Amino acid sequence: MNKIIKYVFYDIVRNKIVLAYTLFLLLLSVGLFNLGGSPDKGILSLLNLVLLTVPLISIVFATTHFYNSYEFMELLVAQPINRSKIFMSEYLGVSCSLSGAFILGVGLPVMLFGASITGLYLVLTGVFITFIFVALAFLASVITRDKAKGIGIALLLWFYFALIYDGIVLFILYSFSDYPLEHATLALTAFNPVDLGRIIVLLHLDVSALMGYTGALYKSILGSLWGIGLAFGLLLVWILVPVLSSRRIFSRRDL
Amino acid sequence: MIAIENLRKSYGKLQVLKNVSASFEAGRAISIIGPNASGKTTMSKCILGMVLPDGGDIKIDGESVLKKHAYRSKIGYMPQIGRYPENMKIRQVIGMIRDIRKDVKQIDEELIGLYGLEAIYEKRMGALSGGTKQKVSAALAFMFNPQILILDEPTAGLDPVSAEILKCKILKEKRSGKLIMITSHIMSEIEEVADEVLCLMDGQLKFHETIAGIKAQANEERLSRAIAKIMNEQD
Repeated sequence: MNKIIKYVFYDIVRNKIVLAYTLFLLLLSVGLFNLGGSPDKGILSLLNLVLLTVPLISIVFATTHFYNSYEFMELLVAQPINRSKIFMSEYLGVSCSLSGAFILGVGLPVMLFGASITGLYLVLTGVFITFIFVALAFLASVITRDKAKGIGIALLLWFYFALIYDGIVLFILYSFSDYPLEHATLALTAFNPVDLGRIIVLLHLDVSALMGYTGALYKSILGSLWGIGLAFGLLLVWILVPVLSSRRIFSRRDL
Repeated sequence: MIAIENLRKSYGKLQVLKNVSASFEAGRAISIIGPNASGKTTMSKCILGMVLPDGGDIKIDGESVLKKHAYRSKIGYMPQIGRYPENMKIRQVIGMIRDIRKDVKQIDEELIGLYGLEAIYEKRMGALSGGTKQKVSAALAFMFNPQILILDEPTAGLDPVSAEILKCKILKEKRSGKLIMITSHIMSEIEEVADEVLCLMDGQLKFHETIAGIKAQANEERLSRAIAKIMNEQD
């Protein structure tokens, strides 16, 4: 399996997109830290941009990469290698190289300009989000053989998690504002990894004081070490479910 | 060596293989013929595990191969249209497959030499012509001394000289006791290389007979005529 990951890495490194992605993140983080004044402000602005761009780039890059590697996978399938091994190598190769780009591009500046526990959570969240969206991309790609359709599904997933879901949550909160919704909101958060990541980081910034009752509840539940563990556990579930289901689909279909 | 039992496969509503059963012995060359879309490629892809059958079983050396992968070390496969990662060089593709199959000690590089692939090692796969890709496919299929060779229209894109080299290689491997399955449309080539002919039609086994048997049955000297005669008789 390591051998196959090695070749997936080769392929990605030769592709200049990951390099450009690293530079883009590096510029973004260094710029924001130097603009904002206090490192906390830098982290906050960085968080909002990271949660918008990282899922988008991860999901689009991973989907196109999967379709472009079809020949590579076809070549390997005729060899004595397990299909799920081929699939997992592709997945780990893509998500590790994108995470590496993220750690270089965001982790390094955070360590230099705003080294704190919040900064660490930001980097961890970014890595988890990368793994999750690569997994969703692979799920979209194994569902259909048509490249255009696959990228369409991937973009739709991004739209849903980055924009539409928040709209739905706001709509629910607005329509049922007469009822106590604190616990419901907390549960709703678990169904969107992007929101989950945002809350993990926000709770460790001073701005969480501005979030009202719900914020206080978040803080009482997610503020503890146990709560953080739970939140990252949920993110892990968000990785495993799409990865395992797409691996299953991939090993049971015709190539 | 290979036994196919009641193999069934359909793509959506289209039934490609309908209860095909056959068995092949080592040291023989079997030619699979049939009109386009009669299920030839699907059958070889089923043996390779690239296409998963809906029903039936495939056994190699008495063991079912469905949902397994280790058995593929016994098979060399040359696809009809070789598709390779476009930005890899010939050297890298060959090196990668070799790296993956490191356990194999005996490497057969005869075809790489005969086709002069070393001279174009640094060319990208995406820049190769169809025929050159075929040569790479052939070299890879024979490289690890597999006991079974599955060749899907091997000479279709090759020039006459290269086709002749491949045919000689096939005969040589057959003599050393390997099982060779060839799908082909070129009757003269089948007559040169194969011992048995298996004919598929609309996903059903039409006949599986030795070449001498076919000629005797149809009372014809030329294989192409004999086969045409048998097919017409049965209609």
